[in-house]
Amino acid sequence: MRRIYLDYAATTPTHPEVVKAMLPYFTDAFGNPSSIYSYGQEAKGAIDEARDKVASLIGAHNEEIVFTSGGTEADNLALKGAALANENRGNHIITSPIEHHAVLETCQFLEKGKFNITYLPVDEYGMVNPDDVRRAITDKTILVSIMHANNEAGTIEPIAEIGRIAKEAGAYFHTDAVQTVGHIQVDIKELDVDLLSMSAHKLCGPKGVGALYVRKGTKLTPLMHGGEQERRRRASTENVPGIVGFGKAAELARQEMNEEVERVTCLRDKLLQGLLERIDHIRLNGHPVKRLPNNVNISVDFVEGESMLLNLDLEGICASTGSACSSGSLEASHVLLAMGLPHEHAHGSLRFTLGKWTNEEEIERVLETLPGIVARLRAMSPLLKSRK
Amino acid sequence: MKYSEKVMDHFRNPRNVGEMENPDGIGHVGNPVCGDIMELYIKVNDDTITDARFKTFGCGAAIATSSMVTEMVIGKSLSEALKISNQAVVEALGGLPPAKMHCSALAEEALKSAIEDYRSKYKKSRDNEEKG
Repeated sequence: MRRIYLDYAATTPTHPEVVKAMLPYFTDAFGNPSSIYSYGQEAKGAIDEARDKVASLIGAHNEEIVFTSGGTEADNLALKGAALANENRGNHIITSPIEHHAVLETCQFLEKGKFNITYLPVDEYGMVNPDDVRRAITDKTILVSIMHANNEAGTIEPIAEIGRIAKEAGAYFHTDAVQTVGHIQVDIKELDVDLLSMSAHKLCGPKGVGALYVRKGTKLTPLMHGGEQERRRRASTENVPGIVGFGKAAELARQEMNEEVERVTCLRDKLLQGLLERIDHIRLNGHPVKRLPNNVNISVDFVEGESMLLNLDLEGICASTGSACSSGSLEASHVLLAMGLPHEHAHGSLRFTLGKWTNEEEIERVLETLPGIVARLRAMSPLLKSRK
Repeated sequence: MKYSEKVMDHFRNPRNVGEMENPDGIGHVGNPVCGDIMELYIKVNDDTITDARFKTFGCGAAIATSSMVTEMVIGKSLSEALKISNQAVVEALGGLPPAKMHCSALAEEALKSAIEDYRSKYKKSRDNEEKG
């Protein structure tokens, strides 16, 4: 059975051209970029080139890109780094309850120390209100961190507006842009951000590499000590093949973006419309318009998400859910609950995220398959009977 | 997280699914917060469970344990049925992933609650008979 992968927000297949670009840096060009002989300088040159490509994808200067081991490290570096470097100015950080755990748990860690965290509310679409940011800012606020687009609900936040508010207040502004970089236009000047997290494997690059954009002049304490790499902002011998792969993925994403946004949006709308027509008692989660072009998140009444996922998997379709049962924890998605969804709707959520190799035939397969699965599960649901 | 073949078999082809007309006992357990709700219906004749049906809102493990527990109780006396532990259901399913063990508690609770429901109804009707 040919499998259908619709979980691009979790990770993406590495682009064959990316793999090709990486391969020489495992073998022929294996040098340590810190070495002065030719092997080292070849590797250093490759990193510089990759840095240029990543920087130009977001309209940054190459010196403002710090390569990390991924999005999680970029978030940790942004939050802990900015908090520690600026604690003489204040101890207040503002964020939202729908952030990725890499931000939320880092905030909780800082909260155990001397930092105070404000978690702003979100509306039913998972949208942060910029006025709430304005009201939450105090003279102790050193950092605001709001994600660019939510990985579960797909909602795109008003980052440019929040960026201006933070700037006026003299607070640093960080955005986790892991779900947007390479997928939609991201320009650091437009967004007015000081810090921005990226991850290569979300844009057809390899796993184990990411980056933090650090606006020139931003005070940041490093997490990793022990070397001169990344202008002393991140010690450790560089992951040369990974960084080269990230660079290639950024280059390809930039070239293909406009075309891809259009193509994927079209498929997304076909999927959503098709599901709404074929299955009753389902609803879209997240903002209907201000949303990622590749994200469909629905709640299916009366059924639980993991049981839908298992059935889809038996049909070769890979998707995701906000149900507790699939996460290993006993809590349903913190994002959907923060948006005010009742528990049964959070448990009954299903997320499809499309990407580079998604095609129309695959969308049709989902539309043919899911209604039967839902009908079968509803037939055994005690929730449906009580609605009769 | 991987389910055993037995679990997947019961998940794909659950036994004894559906509602029951005029059940002698109903067990209703779980809640939407944890994402598992189970209803178990039993028919009792001469202190023996002659039929069992279930309806479950929940994950694969919840559906499979529901299905398995109905298979295990049919033909058993009430006192035998009360001895079925969640561990026994898990073993009959060839095990559950550690994160899913709590799902099996649902089946045991539903069974106990259905038997309790039957006994309280039975007691009431017996009391009524005695009064009459």
